[in-house]
Amino acid sequence: MTILVIAEHTNAALAPATLNTVAAAAKIGGDIHVLVAGAGCAAAAEAAAKIAGVAKVLVADNAAYAHQLPENVAPLVAELGKGYSHILAAATSNGKNVLPRVAAQLDVDQISEIIAVESTDTFKRPIYAGNAIATVQSSAAVKVITVRSTGFDPVAAEGGSAAVEAVSGSADAGKSAFVGEELAKSDRPELTAAKIVVSGGRGMQNGDNFKHLYALADKLGAAVGASRAAVDAGFVPNDMQVGQTGKIVAPQLYIAVGISGAIQHLAGMKDSKVIVAINKDEEAPIFQVADYGLVADLFEAVPELEKLV
Amino acid sequence: MKVLVAVKRVVDYNVKVRVKADNSGVDLANVKMSMNPFCEIAVEEAVRLKEKGVASEIVVVTIGPNTAQEQLRTALALGADRAILVESNDELNSLAVAKLLKAVVDKEQPQLVILGKQAIDSDNNQTGQMLGALTGYGQGTFASKVEVAGDKVNVTREIDGGLQTVALNLPAIVTTDLRLNEPRYASLPNIMKAKKKPLDVVTPDALGVSTASTVKTLKVEAPAARSAGIKVKSVAELVEKLKNEAKVI
Repeated sequence: MTILVIAEHTNAALAPATLNTVAAAAKIGGDIHVLVAGAGCAAAAEAAAKIAGVAKVLVADNAAYAHQLPENVAPLVAELGKGYSHILAAATSNGKNVLPRVAAQLDVDQISEIIAVESTDTFKRPIYAGNAIATVQSSAAVKVITVRSTGFDPVAAEGGSAAVEAVSGSADAGKSAFVGEELAKSDRPELTAAKIVVSGGRGMQNGDNFKHLYALADKLGAAVGASRAAVDAGFVPNDMQVGQTGKIVAPQLYIAVGISGAIQHLAGMKDSKVIVAINKDEEAPIFQVADYGLVADLFEAVPELEKLV
Repeated sequence: MKVLVAVKRVVDYNVKVRVKADNSGVDLANVKMSMNPFCEIAVEEAVRLKEKGVASEIVVVTIGPNTAQEQLRTALALGADRAILVESNDELNSLAVAKLLKAVVDKEQPQLVILGKQAIDSDNNQTGQMLGALTGYGQGTFASKVEVAGDKVNVTREIDGGLQTVALNLPAIVTTDLRLNEPRYASLPNIMKAKKKPLDVVTPDALGVSTASTVKTLKVEAPAARSAGIKVKSVAELVEKLKNEAKVI
């Protein structure tokens, strides 16, 4: 049994989600190979070879794979994947974009966002915005799976010494082209990997008021997130959204400020170890999942909290 | 150009679902059902393309039980021209749905297929991408902006770190993200008119598609409940608890 893990990377560096995906592969058991498909991705491949537990790194370095366009990457993965028992990718926007296309090319079902490995063919995954957990079994020859990072502790990034092997794949399929991207700049830790997350909702009232959360986050070394209400109101960009349709986080400490706690928001954060809610409405549903709740005006409580931590 | 929109009948997003006592699934008896929110956005985008003169006809399709006709009528009331129900009472996986949609695409030959990015019941986020593979079309997933220009469509996508724009050759597949648009409400006169619009019913067999699956659900359980928390009286007490009791800061 050999497992192929699709590396999540920026060509120059490996994304942390790859380490969680390798951890899921290790739980399944068997040899683990990592595929790094990109353009000028030697640095990412080198980092992949150092991951503990990885037996081999396959590198497909081709201009066609530069931006991970699924029309180009999926045929490569499907072709390579035929010889493997499992193909795993992180359930990031990239993994979700590419992997179902691979599964359909291999004519197998895909299992999305697993949070636990029961056996080599049985997995657990949340459905209905995390309000139910399904145990699913696959009889597919190649099991194609995306992995929810917060369900698995990352393996060590150092300590391995895998062989690196170049592979070639099909060229540009000519169906799509990368035009451009706008990435939000932030010096704070990445939302999905942060140990502490401070999130604001509609109660923040405007984008300027998020400065209170940024100040608190900087003091705690935390990432800043938001509810859909705050994103839709234009307070913050959409990549900060936590929830069923945004990012799934499970930090040590999640501080929800001015967030009512709709089902869709809870789906993205209720696996956090400790949840703190600050809200002036004591009936807000967020208090039903909060370990520590403070009924108070956030504009008084947050600055005071910042001073005391 | 012709636009095909796929919609799904799902439990209403405001319903707090309950797991059945025998762990066979989620209890959907007597629960309010609606069109999946992402599908509403897909219908709205198609209607806007028609209003701009880009789309000439909107065909809406769903795969599900006979009751899913309600969601097709909703889409017709919102501005779709005609509807297709692929009637199946089985719970189908994404690959089977994608294969059925491929058969509809082959028949209808749309230039653009719009789907939601995920259904809020199974949370799979697979069907659009799988349809992309089966048809060989390019895919613009998680779209927050769609612009048709000549024989190409420019799709701005929501990715983890921000936004990415890709140009796809038509025909192409687009899956909608929440911020693509704000869906309209159906007006009463349009709901009445929608009752007269054509709605065809076909079966998977008639389309020549096998809906067999390689994945089966063994059981469905309620997630582990969180133990009840406490309310603190002051910020000072909160900080004290976080430092000494929870030890997280």
